[in-house]
Amino acid sequence: MPEGLSETPAKQSVLASDRLALRRRWRHLTDQIAKVSIAVGGISVIAAILLIFAYLAYEVVPLFASAQVEPSAEFVLEDSTPSLHVAIEEQSEMAMRLGEDGVARFFDLHSGEISAETAVDIPAGATVTSFALDSEESGIFALGLDTGETVVARYGYDTRFAQLDNRRILTPKIDYPFGNERYRLSGEGNSDPVASLAIRTSGENMLLAATSRRGGLKLLRASKQTSLFAAFDLGGGADFEIEETTLDGLTLGGEQLFIDGDRFWLFVIDAEGLARLVNLRTAFSTPNPSFEVQALLTEDGAVPTDISFLLGGISLLVADDGGTISQWFLTRRDEGVDLERIRSFESSDSAIIALTPEQRRKSFVSVNSHGDVALYNTTAHRQAFSGTLATAGASAVAVSPRGDALLIESAPGSISVLEVENKHPEVSMAALWSRVWYEGYGEPDFIWQSSAATNEFEPKYSLVPLSFGTLKAAFYAMLLAAPLAICGAIFTGYFMAPMMRRKVKPLIELMEALPTVVLGFLAGLWLAPFVENNLLGIFAVLVLLPLSILMTSFVWMQLPDSIRHAVPDGWEAGLLLPIILLATYLSFVLATPIEALFFGGDMRFYISNELGINYDQRNAMVVGFAMGFAVIPTIFSIAEDAIFTVPKHLTYGSLALGGTPWQSLYRVVLPTASPGIFSALMIGMGRAVGETMIVLMATGNTPIMDASIFEGMRTLAANIAVEIPESEVDSTHYRILFLAALVLFLFTFMFNTVAEIIRQRLRNKYSTI
Amino acid sequence: MKMSVSKWVNSGEPFVWLNAGAVAISIIMVAGLLGLLAVRGMAHFWPADVMQATYAPPTSGGAILSTEVIGERVETESVSSIQIVSSGIPVDESEPFYDRQLMKIGNRDVTGADFTWVLSDYVSEVSYPAEVVAMERREWGNFYGFLQGVRQSGEALAGDEEALWQEFRERLARALSIHDAIYDIEKNDIGKINYALERLRLNQRRLELDDALTSEAMADLDRQREGFNAEYAQLQQRLVELNEEIDRDSALFLAANGAEVEIEFADIVRAYKPNQMGLVGKVGTYFEKLGEFLTDEPREANTEGGIFPAIFGTVMMVLLMSVFVTPFGVVAAVYLREYARQGFITQAIRIAVNNLAGVPSIVYGVFGLGFFIYIIGAEIDQLVYPEALPAPTFGTPGLLWASLTLALLTVPVVIVATEEGLARIPRSVREGSLALGATKFETLWRVVLPMASPAMMTGLILAVARAAGEVAPLMLVGVVKLAPSLPLDGNYPYLHLDQKFMHLGFHIYDVGFQSPNIEAARPLVFATALLLVLVIAGLNLSAVGLRNHLREKYKSLEV
Repeated sequence: MPEGLSETPAKQSVLASDRLALRRRWRHLTDQIAKVSIAVGGISVIAAILLIFAYLAYEVVPLFASAQVEPSAEFVLEDSTPSLHVAIEEQSEMAMRLGEDGVARFFDLHSGEISAETAVDIPAGATVTSFALDSEESGIFALGLDTGETVVARYGYDTRFAQLDNRRILTPKIDYPFGNERYRLSGEGNSDPVASLAIRTSGENMLLAATSRRGGLKLLRASKQTSLFAAFDLGGGADFEIEETTLDGLTLGGEQLFIDGDRFWLFVIDAEGLARLVNLRTAFSTPNPSFEVQALLTEDGAVPTDISFLLGGISLLVADDGGTISQWFLTRRDEGVDLERIRSFESSDSAIIALTPEQRRKSFVSVNSHGDVALYNTTAHRQAFSGTLATAGASAVAVSPRGDALLIESAPGSISVLEVENKHPEVSMAALWSRVWYEGYGEPDFIWQSSAATNEFEPKYSLVPLSFGTLKAAFYAMLLAAPLAICGAIFTGYFMAPMMRRKVKPLIELMEALPTVVLGFLAGLWLAPFVENNLLGIFAVLVLLPLSILMTSFVWMQLPDSIRHAVPDGWEAGLLLPIILLATYLSFVLATPIEALFFGGDMRFYISNELGINYDQRNAMVVGFAMGFAVIPTIFSIAEDAIFTVPKHLTYGSLALGGTPWQSLYRVVLPTASPGIFSALMIGMGRAVGETMIVLMATGNTPIMDASIFEGMRTLAANIAVEIPESEVDSTHYRILFLAALVLFLFTFMFNTVAEIIRQRLRNKYSTI
Repeated sequence: MKMSVSKWVNSGEPFVWLNAGAVAISIIMVAGLLGLLAVRGMAHFWPADVMQATYAPPTSGGAILSTEVIGERVETESVSSIQIVSSGIPVDESEPFYDRQLMKIGNRDVTGADFTWVLSDYVSEVSYPAEVVAMERREWGNFYGFLQGVRQSGEALAGDEEALWQEFRERLARALSIHDAIYDIEKNDIGKINYALERLRLNQRRLELDDALTSEAMADLDRQREGFNAEYAQLQQRLVELNEEIDRDSALFLAANGAEVEIEFADIVRAYKPNQMGLVGKVGTYFEKLGEFLTDEPREANTEGGIFPAIFGTVMMVLLMSVFVTPFGVVAAVYLREYARQGFITQAIRIAVNNLAGVPSIVYGVFGLGFFIYIIGAEIDQLVYPEALPAPTFGTPGLLWASLTLALLTVPVVIVATEEGLARIPRSVREGSLALGATKFETLWRVVLPMASPAMMTGLILAVARAAGEVAPLMLVGVVKLAPSLPLDGNYPYLHLDQKFMHLGFHIYDVGFQSPNIEAARPLVFATALLLVLVIAGLNLSAVGLRNHLREKYKSLEV
């Protein structure tokens, strides 16, 4: 550089030191930037991984949160006739109140402004003497009149959407799905009013039961006629086939009537709470039916105050003046059916005044004389909320179809509206982990059945069968894997010739990399049919293999030294390869004639027909083989490390003192390495518990609780894989599947952590020896 | 007796041998499994000889019902006579066992089932006629029969058998090339137009949402739409012509049951006379079929054809995952090993990270579904793709979420491997660099990381191997049984991160367990499983090799 040459050396060095300083500052800066960004990056990656746990917990926590109830509006309607029934519309915008005058008044749920008034078609001058509701969902009700007649009507809403802004417009209506005519269910004339009524409909069939004030009990069945020309029968009045019967000989006083959801039983309940049942399936054909089942629904002399069917019409809820609500349903017993008390809910000593079931869940709301409002779920046997929100002396309570609003009527026309946040009432620790007496079952049981076709289905969220299946699969897998892997590890780590070990260890560890989907596929499509056809052969292998190995060992010892010394120590496994292949082959060949001789040629047939043991093709044995295969390398690898790294001078010391190799192993090496082996087992167990694809493919995935080796199972992991794609986001089912994932996560994480800590301590111990 | 039993037991030898036996059993199990996969998987492509025979099993009525059977023998097994009798064939029960063989008889459109069991004892007149033709079709599976004639526009062509076969092969070649042209138009050209039209619709909706849909913009959109529609009409016209051309020829075959079956050339994928083929011909066909398996798309609900989309999807997903997992894994490892203060907390974090590798993969799937898809994905849709709503773009399982989920699943593997590599680098190397005046970062960047790079590679390869074999989480976050298009194609923006994709592992699960015709699909599943195992075993072995290489390399540095 000619210019550089012309400058003085001093200036040059100043420039250089300037540049150097700049460079040093720059280097320092990059170092600092790198330090900060690596720290931030590193911490955030680790945080992201730990986020999994936090997120799973975040999804699960709402399951166990209590319900929230907030007052949202209070108003007095311009109507003060005593009410028969109140109900809220689907989106909690409107509500209906049916007065004793037979007029349905529809009002805005926020302002209380009455938007429509429609009178039920009852004859002039007649008064309503009784009322019955089919169910909250259908909105069909019956009014019994003092003329002895009964009117069946339905309240509902026509929904359409405004063109302009897509706003929902509701038009309330009262219609008559079973025709406009009035049914006469009590004696002739005005002198015998309808005293009590029950109605139950299903599609186009209806069943009415009524008592008259004189004590007669009458049934009426109406079903729509579907004639050949029904399709052309436009607009004309529908024809109903009517069948009536009077139940003679049953004398009644002031009893209340209820009909169950299947229309099989009529419940006749008197003022003291004595329930007597009439079998409706035979009532129309038997001339003089009698009461078949009888039970007292209250305890300690309490008197029932409100009775209602739970969603689905199977369970009867009975509230009494002692503050107790009990759930009853019919159970099948040897001698017939029994009306049994399933569970009861007690909150205070104050009398329950009103009780209303929810329309989509097995939950209900109650109000007591103190004004305490409580939300319950029957399956979970749980009180989701309780609080004093109503004035004392409330008379009726309604709950919206979505369960997000309550309406409480205190004095006639005086309404308070409550907003409810009650997303997961059906979950409680008891519902998840202990026996629950589900509707229709004879006794409490553990059942997982998350969904069904109907709305009225009671979801059964017991995690016990799934956990049982998980442990069962893991158990059978460990039964195969633990001995094979640990014995293999002992031999490889202690006895095996180094050259052979270098080949064998990577081969077995390669097993770990095998995709489990391939193992599952082989187990389900190749092994399961193979095991089914060669059941005896499989058992023969289990016996013959160890025997043949022991025989080989014994015979080998008898051989002359010249032969024995030709094979160096530590190659026994190689010698055994042909022996084991031969023994396996022989087992299957020999099994065939034995099977023909003792088991009629088909062992599987023999097991299911002669022994009465259910045989599932994809069963625990197949899973045990496949998953054992998947777990062997995990256990083997860790256990082998633990044994191989036991300091050699310990072994030499033992051998020098005259111990045989086996004694040195048994007395010195194994005790030293045992924590490592234990941690290998734990990690293997953790892997078996969380394995998904193998169980999914190699079992029938039925959530049963049966320890039999010939039955399948469903595990937590497989259950998640099967059900979560179909579950609705944020629903109870979805969150319970997250809970299952959280349980799996915690279980394996804890197992692995304990195992890891044990290994670290072992490593420290070795380094000090 | 050289040694008594008690002495033998006391010496501990039996236990040693039992332990040796455990190793031997494990080895046999691994080798057996690989062998089973290899044999079953490789055999699938072999053009087996086709047998013709008469099958006359006894019937309960006593009348002999004999049928002609043409097909490939698949397997033979021995069954107890009780089972056979209970299935309705009155064989002699004093004979305990009968051999029965599974025959692939094809012709599902003629006979209703393409597999049948026959009892070997009642099969007679077995022959391997040279003239029998085996044919793979686009519908109804394989066909076995004899060529009777070739028709052009309904007119039968004359000629002897040899000439007919020649004619048949020429016309098949023509039909196949037309089929390729049709496929090209349907898949590429029309697919492109549909994609463009959909983009136009979304653009319009977006303008609408922004209140910017002016009449000019609308006119412009309409003009573009018209252009595409015109192009579409043209292609449609061309398709009609091609379809007419491909439908011109048909061939007449005689099936095993004596029925004459007319088969359109358009339906034929491949036809050959296996019994005439020499070894060279068979090997040729074998590799042709193998090639088809690796490069073609699946047919018949995935039970036939190739698995190319599954291979492609797996590779795409694994590549994307590597892009995510490598930097994050390395940064976390470097932080843990080089920057964080070594103490109880670092140790605890290390154990936690280590153990995350043992957390069941389905848990990661659940996390991916809930967090990535339903929370992050739904949020992205609201902000970035409002025009497509209510149809979700990223709020539904897809490639991006699958790769991210698997990245999360495998990041512990990379962290652990990289940390191990960093720990192996001797202090002296670091100290030397620092002593020469390098900053910590420079030491890391110029000295430590290059030396640890094989360890990172090992970690990455192990991560890839794990990801390629993982199925359970993918079932929740983006894998489907049949994806309409590949996640990488010629349509802007070329890489479709929101798309669902196919995956080898899921393909095995789906075809093996959800397929209606499992017997026909089974060999294909074996082949797919073999491929997957080979890929993963290859990856693992290379990781092991790398690790050994690394250990050798730095052995000299460890003093």
